[in-house]
Amino acid sequence: MDSWGFSIAKTRTIDIDSVDFKVLARLTDKVPSAKRCIMCGACAATCSAANFVDFSFRKTHLLFHRGQFSNISEELDKCMLCGKCKLVCLRGVNTRAIIYNLRIILNDMNYKRIAL
Amino acid sequence: MKKKNVIVIGGGPAGIEIAQILSNYSCNVTLFEKEPQVGGQIKRIDKLFPDFIVQDEMMQKLISNLEKTDIQIHTDTEIKDIEQIDNIWHLKTNKEEAFTADAVVLATGFKTFDPKYKEELGYGIYPGVITTLEFEDMLKAGKIQTSAGEEPRRIAFLNCVGSRDEKVGNHYCSRVCCINAVKQSIETKELLPNAEVFCFYMDLRMSGQFYEELYRKSQEKHGVNYIRGRISEASSTFDHRIQIKSEDTLAGLPLKMTVDLLVLMIGVEASEGTTNLSAKAGILGEYGFAKSLSLHLKDNLTKKEGLFLAGACKRPSTLREVIADARAAAFEVVNYLKMEING
Amino acid sequence: MRFNPFVLPFLAGTIIFFTIIIFKFYSWIHKLDKKQKYFIKKNLFTTKTLSALSEIFKEALVHRKIYKKNPLLGYMHMSLAFGWFLLIVIGKAESMVYNKTPFGEPWGGIFFRYFVTDPHSFSMQATFSFVLDFLLLIILSGVALALIKRFRSRLLGIKKTTNHRLFDKIAIMSLWWIFPFRLLAESTTAAIHHNGSFLTNSVGSILSYLPAGAMELPLWWAYSVSLFFFFICIPFSRYMHIPTEVVLILLRKYGVGAGEEYSGYSDIQINSCSRCGICIDSCQLDFTSNFNNVQSVYFIRDIRYNKLSDDVVNNCLMCGRCVEDCPVGLELTLIRQQHRNKHEIVGKHYFDYAIKEENHDDVDVVFFAGCMSHLTPGTIIAMKKIFNKAGEKFWFMDENKGLCCGRPMRQQGFVQQSKDLISKNSRMIADSKAKLLVTPCPICYKSFKEEYTLNIPVMHHSEYIEHLVKNNKLKLNKTDLSVVYHDPCELGRGTNVYEQPRNLLRKVSNLKASDFERENSLCCGSSLANTVIELDVQIKIRNHALSELTKLKPDILATACPLCKKSFVHGNKAKVMDLAEIIAENIENDSTADLKFQKNSVNELVL
Repeated sequence: MDSWGFSIAKTRTIDIDSVDFKVLARLTDKVPSAKRCIMCGACAATCSAANFVDFSFRKTHLLFHRGQFSNISEELDKCMLCGKCKLVCLRGVNTRAIIYNLRIILNDMNYKRIAL
Repeated sequence: MKKKNVIVIGGGPAGIEIAQILSNYSCNVTLFEKEPQVGGQIKRIDKLFPDFIVQDEMMQKLISNLEKTDIQIHTDTEIKDIEQIDNIWHLKTNKEEAFTADAVVLATGFKTFDPKYKEELGYGIYPGVITTLEFEDMLKAGKIQTSAGEEPRRIAFLNCVGSRDEKVGNHYCSRVCCINAVKQSIETKELLPNAEVFCFYMDLRMSGQFYEELYRKSQEKHGVNYIRGRISEASSTFDHRIQIKSEDTLAGLPLKMTVDLLVLMIGVEASEGTTNLSAKAGILGEYGFAKSLSLHLKDNLTKKEGLFLAGACKRPSTLREVIADARAAAFEVVNYLKMEING
Repeated sequence: MRFNPFVLPFLAGTIIFFTIIIFKFYSWIHKLDKKQKYFIKKNLFTTKTLSALSEIFKEALVHRKIYKKNPLLGYMHMSLAFGWFLLIVIGKAESMVYNKTPFGEPWGGIFFRYFVTDPHSFSMQATFSFVLDFLLLIILSGVALALIKRFRSRLLGIKKTTNHRLFDKIAIMSLWWIFPFRLLAESTTAAIHHNGSFLTNSVGSILSYLPAGAMELPLWWAYSVSLFFFFICIPFSRYMHIPTEVVLILLRKYGVGAGEEYSGYSDIQINSCSRCGICIDSCQLDFTSNFNNVQSVYFIRDIRYNKLSDDVVNNCLMCGRCVEDCPVGLELTLIRQQHRNKHEIVGKHYFDYAIKEENHDDVDVVFFAGCMSHLTPGTIIAMKKIFNKAGEKFWFMDENKGLCCGRPMRQQGFVQQSKDLISKNSRMIADSKAKLLVTPCPICYKSFKEEYTLNIPVMHHSEYIEHLVKNNKLKLNKTDLSVVYHDPCELGRGTNVYEQPRNLLRKVSNLKASDFERENSLCCGSSLANTVIELDVQIKIRNHALSELTKLKPDILATACPLCKKSFVHGNKAKVMDLAEIIAENIENDSTADLKFQKNSVNELVL
C-alpha cells in the first residue's frame, strides 16, 4: 500500500491469521443461530438506536465474526435492547441474545450478577 | 385394447403442454382447471424474462395447440379429493362429480406469498405499496401510476418478500424474483425514462442464461440503482408518498428515502391445490410442495404408481423449466402406460 | 423422670434443628434493610399478627390453595402437615393432662405410649388414644398418596413431579419412615400392654404372633432415629419450608416487601419453597419443549445449593404463570429478576443521544407507540383514527424516532442503563405538559406504571378507548363476528388489566371465552425476557397457544400487544387483529354526519 507521508485515517486490514476464533466460539456456543447470519442488514435498518446515533448491529456483528473485537463493547453500549432487530431478522438469528452475551463475553468484569 | 384414461389436474403451462402431448398417444386425456380459463398464473405477466417475449403470444401458441386436440377440458372445476384403489385413481371434484384414471398428472402449480404477513411493509395499509403482480397489471395496461393517478418519480423494488424468511416459514429462495425485479426495473425505465428506480436486494441471483447480461444492461443502459439492504419499515408521508427505512450494508450507513411506489417482490408458495392433493395422495413434500421420487433421475415420478408431477407444483420454477418439465413428464406417462403414438 | 436412651436421637435432632433455624432466621432478618425492619417493628403487636396466624392455618396447615388445584393433592399435603401438627399438639396436651402440669420431659408427648403402659392411667386416656390413632391413620394415608404421587403423579392432578437431589431424598425417606415406625412401635407396645386404640390395638394383635417383646425397643429406637434424621435434614432440604413459611406469612402481613435487590426477605422466600412442583406444570417451556431444569422450583433449588448458572437465570419467559399457581405465593419472577441484575460502571452515561427539543402545541395526550408497535403499523393507524374521531389533541411522541421505554433493558438486569432511558423519556413527557399518557404496548405500559414516576396518569390503549366510549366520545357498531381475546402476559398477569379489552370487544362483536384466559392465559412465545431459547422453541410455544386459542374457530383472534400480534400472525391459523384495529373498523358514523342532520333540521325549521 502506498504511504502518503501523513495520514488522516489509520489503515486497517483484517488479518485472519491473527484472529482468535475461540472467542467467536464462546458466542456461538451460547447463541448457535449467530452462525446463520447473512449480513442482510434488516436488523440495522430497523434499529431504534440507529435513529439517534451511528450504530449498526450488522456491522458490529460482522466485525466480531472477523475477529475485530477492539471497538465492539463501546458500540454495543449504544443498543437499547429493544428487540426490534430480533423480530425482523429473516434468518431467525437471536440478535438480542448476541448483544447480551457479547456484553458479558467482552466485558466480563463489568457485568457480573449482583445477587449471590 | 381399451384406451387408457389420463387426467391432468391444472391448466397452467405445464398442464396444457403435457395434455397436448399426450393427446397424440392412444389415451383419453381429461384436463381440469379451477379457474374459468386455462393459462395459469403466468397469464398475469406482461413480458417474460430474459428476452421480453410477450406472454400472451407465447401462451396463445400453447393454448391453440391444446384447442386443436379433442381433449375434454373442464374449467371452473377443482379436484378436491384423490385416492388410489387397486391401481386406479379416483378423483372427486368440487361439484361432487367422480372421475377415474389409470394415470394422474399433478400440475397444480403455485400461488404467491401474501405480504399482509409482513405488516411493517405496509401492504394493504398504504395504497402506494403494491406487489410485483399488481405492477405487472400496470405494465400490461402500459401505464404506471400511483394511487392518485400520477406518474411516479421514484420507484423502489424490494426483493425477497416472503422468501428466505424464517419468520414466515419459507426458508427457501423463490428463484424468479431477482430476475423479475431486474426485468421490471428495465420496463419501468422504458415507460418512464425520467423516473428513478431503486432495487433493494440481499443477493442478486442471476442464475440463468442471459440473466447477468440483463442485470448489466439495467445498470449501464437504464441507470437502475441497486442497494444491498433490507427495507425494514414503510410509512406514509402527509402527501401519501411512502417513506422507507433501510441500511446500505455495503456503505455501512443507514439509508432513508421517500418513494412514490414500493413494489414488493413476493415469493412463490405451493398452491392450495398442490398442498391439499399432495397431502391426500401421500406425496406431501416440504413447504407444502409435491415431492418427487428422486431429484435427479425420477423427478416426474412419485412414490405412488401412476401419479406424476409436472411443473411448479414441486418447487419455484421458471416458465422455460416448467415447459421442459411437462415434456419430460409426458415421456414418463407414455412409458408407464406403454402407449403407442396415434397413427 | 421417664427416660430411655432411645430418646437421645430425637432430643439431639430437635436441639440441632432449633439451633440451626434460629441462627438462619436471625441472619436473614438481620440482612433485611431498614425499611423492611421498620415494618416488622411497627406491626408485630397488632392484629396483623392474628391475621397472619389465620393465614398460616389456612395455607401452611390446611393448604387451601393446593386444594383448589386438585382436592386429592391438597388432602395429601394437609394430612401430612395438619395431621402431624395436631399429632404433636394433642400428644403434648395428653402428656400435660397426665402429668397434671404443663412442664414435663420434652419427649413426653412423642413417646407417651412407651412410658405410660397402663391403659387406665387417667380419665381421658381412651379419648386421647382414639384421637391420636385417628390422626396417625390420616397421616399414613397421606404418606401412601405421597408414594403414589412419586410414580403416578397424574392421579393427583399434576403432570410432573419434582426431581430431587440426594439430600432431599434422605429427608423424604426419613419423613416417610417416621409414621410407619411410630405405628409399629406403638402397636408392638399395644400388643404387650393393650394401651392403644382402634388402630394400634388392631395392628398390635397381628404383631402379637411375632416376638413383640424383643421387637419393642428396637422399633422405638427406629422411630427416634428417623425423627433425628428428618430434623437434621430440615434446614438443608426442601423441608426448611415448614418453619420458614410461617415466618414468611408473618412478614408479608406486616407489609415487608421484596426490594429491587436480593435481600434477606428473598432468602426467606426461597427457603419457603416446598418443592411441591406445581410450578413445573404451569411452565410452557416444559410442556412444549421439554426444558425441565429451569422452572422456578429448580431455579430456587440451585440458588440454595449455590449451583445457579446463567443459563437457568436467563431461560425464563417471565410470563408469570408459575407465580399465579404457587401455593406459597412466592414472588418468583421478582426473585429471578433480582438475580439478573448486574453491576455496572458507576457514573458512566449511556444513551447520550442528542434529543432535539421539539415544539408542539398544547396537547392533552401523549401517545407513545413503543418500539414494537412500529412493526405493526395497523395498530398505530387505528389509534390515529380513534384519536381523530374522538377529537383528541395528541402528540405522537415516538412517531419518527423514539427511545425504548427501558423495560427490555431492565429485564436483562442492566438497571443503570434502564434508568438512563427512563429519565430521558420522563423529561420529554414532562416537557410536553400533556395530561395523559397512552400506549398500545403492554410492555411499555407496565414500565410506565412501575418504573417511571410520572405526574400524569398512564393508560393502556384498551383503558383509554373504554374511557372514550364511557364518556360518549366514541360510538361503536355491533357486528356478528366471533372473537376470541388473548390476554398478553404483561397486560394481564403483569398489570391486572383483564376487563377493559373484553368490555370493548363485547360492544363490537360476539366475544367467546377460551380455556386459557385471564390469569391462566398462555404466553405467545415472543417474550423478550428469555435470551436463551431460539426461534424454533418460540414457534413451538406459539403453536400450542394458537391451537388452544383457535379451538372454537373464531373469525378474529384479538390481541392488545404488538409482540403477540406478530407472533400469532405468523402462525397462520386465524385472522389476528389488535384491539384498536377492531374498534377503528366499527366506529359508528359519527358526529360530522350528525351535525349535518342537525343543520338540515334547523334549516327546515327556519324555512
